[in-house]
Amino acid sequence: MPVTTIGGKEVHVDDEGFMTNYDEWDEELAKQLAKNIGIDELTEEHWRVIKFLREDFSETGETPTLRRVSTVGGFPTKELFKLFPKKPAKKMAYIAGLPKPHGCV
Amino acid sequence: MKRLVVLGAGTAGTMVVNKLRPRLDRNEWEIVIVDQEPTHFYQPGFLFLPFGEYEPQDVKKPKKRFIPAGVEFIEQTIDSVDADANTVLLGDGTQLTYDELVIATGTHPRPEETPGMDGPEFGRSIHTFYTFEGALALREALKGFEGGKLVVHMVDMPFKCPVAPLEFTFLADAYFTELGMRDQVEITYVTPMSGAFTKPVASAHLGNMFDERKIHLESDFYIERIDTDKNALVSYDEREVPYDLVVTVPLNMGADFVAKSGLGDELNHIPVDKGTFIHKDHDNLFVLGDAANIPTSKAGSVAHFAVDIFVPNFLRHIEGLPMLERFDGHSNCFIESGHGKGLLIDFNYDTEPLPGKYPLPGIGPFTLLGETEMNHWGKLLFRWMYWNLLLPGKELPLPALMSMAGKIPEDE
Ligand SMILES: Cc1cc2nc3c(=O)[nH]c(=O)nc-3n(C[C@H](O)[C@H](O)[C@H](O)COP(=O)(O)OP(=O)(O)OC[C@H]3O[C@@H](n4cnc5c(N)ncnc54)[C@H](O)[C@@H]3O)c2cc1C
Repeated sequence: MPVTTIGGKEVHVDDEGFMTNYDEWDEELAKQLAKNIGIDELTEEHWRVIKFLREDFSETGETPTLRRVSTVGGFPTKELFKLFPKKPAKKMAYIAGLPKPHGCV
Repeated sequence: MKRLVVLGAGTAGTMVVNKLRPRLDRNEWEIVIVDQEPTHFYQPGFLFLPFGEYEPQDVKKPKKRFIPAGVEFIEQTIDSVDADANTVLLGDGTQLTYDELVIATGTHPRPEETPGMDGPEFGRSIHTFYTFEGALALREALKGFEGGKLVVHMVDMPFKCPVAPLEFTFLADAYFTELGMRDQVEITYVTPMSGAFTKPVASAHLGNMFDERKIHLESDFYIERIDTDKNALVSYDEREVPYDLVVTVPLNMGADFVAKSGLGDELNHIPVDKGTFIHKDHDNLFVLGDAANIPTSKAGSVAHFAVDIFVPNFLRHIEGLPMLERFDGHSNCFIESGHGKGLLIDFNYDTEPLPGKYPLPGIGPFTLLGETEMNHWGKLLFRWMYWNLLLPGKELPLPALMSMAGKIPEDE
């Protein structure tokens, strides 16, 4: 796994830049990660979503899907698309320092 | 007398009872299997029905034919499970108590979960091949199709056999080409994922299959509803994909009794240990096949490998011994690519699909991540193997855990 420096901190990431070590993440890093993908400011609403993702991952060991964030977390899907435009599932996971949600082929 | 209850007599449930009956003492263990449907469908065959390559009788047989002597088959709906009391309630009010429970009730398409899908247009301009009836209705629709916009769509991950819509797309391209009307059909593939192929090595090898076939791709499309006045799929970020004929994979969800019993996640899939399939709160409850929430594909091949790992574990478990085997998420599937060719992919929790050769004693090798006629024959041969070897629980020459033999890792 490559190591990279984000906001002055060394972290482990995958080929696409998703963090791979849950414990290396902190809120300062999240701000920097958000900037990397064009989200300049994390609002309170962003933070509520990110915290849900972090908590859910620590319980299930998997990055929650968009559907799970909306049905279990209670954040309407439309809202998630506004907060994390175009690719909410990936963007949320990226900022929350969680592994990339996976597909098949 | 102890009782093992298996819920669902589909691919996984049928294999399990066939493998366990000869291995469990009949004076000690009673086995009961419950399913609401008398017919066993060979679901991979649903892909070929719309194109007239299979006939209805090729894909269905009576379930009872595959249930061995010494196993009681109860044809009933499952109403709920009380995992604290070790009981299952059936639709007719019967209560079954169990010592060990295996849930194998699968996952099923739910068109009603997407606004606009399950209305009067379902079966007319909106189709699915994910059910037997749906595949037959689609066959008529394809026959009558005079050209226009054909949209192949999937609502959300996870759904069973995640490559099936890709195969449908390739087969549709070949079908219309062979009819001499491909230039009158515009094919668009609409996916909630970021591409048709999302794993790096597979994308590198297969990425050009869409361009070669002039198939349009609409990615990151998360559907909100179908607008049946405009004939368009509408996404949450307000994109629209117009269609004349849409072939969709509706949202897949586990059975309702799972939710009612408080066992499932948001899609009624049941989280279990991904190595042993045991439930974390109930040490006499296992979930096999599509019903489980484990991070690998929902597919018959996975169910087969999972059962091979489960059986020896279960036999140790009931003796009070630790379970020694651990499932690695092994999945293996043929991908039809049209014109009598196919691809084969093989992967697990940690290893993505890689190119190379897949050895199969007596028959293979098959080519991995490449298009060959042999792979197409492999897929067709699989139907025979399914009915005659897999369901009856006979040994197949396929190892349960993934092997790197013949594969070419990327960094070599
Ligand atoms: C179009 C299509 C193509 C496919 N192609 C492939 C392929 O090429 N390769 C591959 O490996 N896999 C393929 N699959 C997937 C494969 O068919 C499934 O993954 C496999 O059948 C899963 O087995 P299962 O036992 O978990 O569930 P199922 O075989 O679906 O069995 C579930 C059973 O539970 C019963 N049940 C559900 N709820 C209840 C209830 N409340 N009460 C009573 N009974 C209930 C159902 O009647 C059913 O018999 C395909 C699937 C489809 C739809």
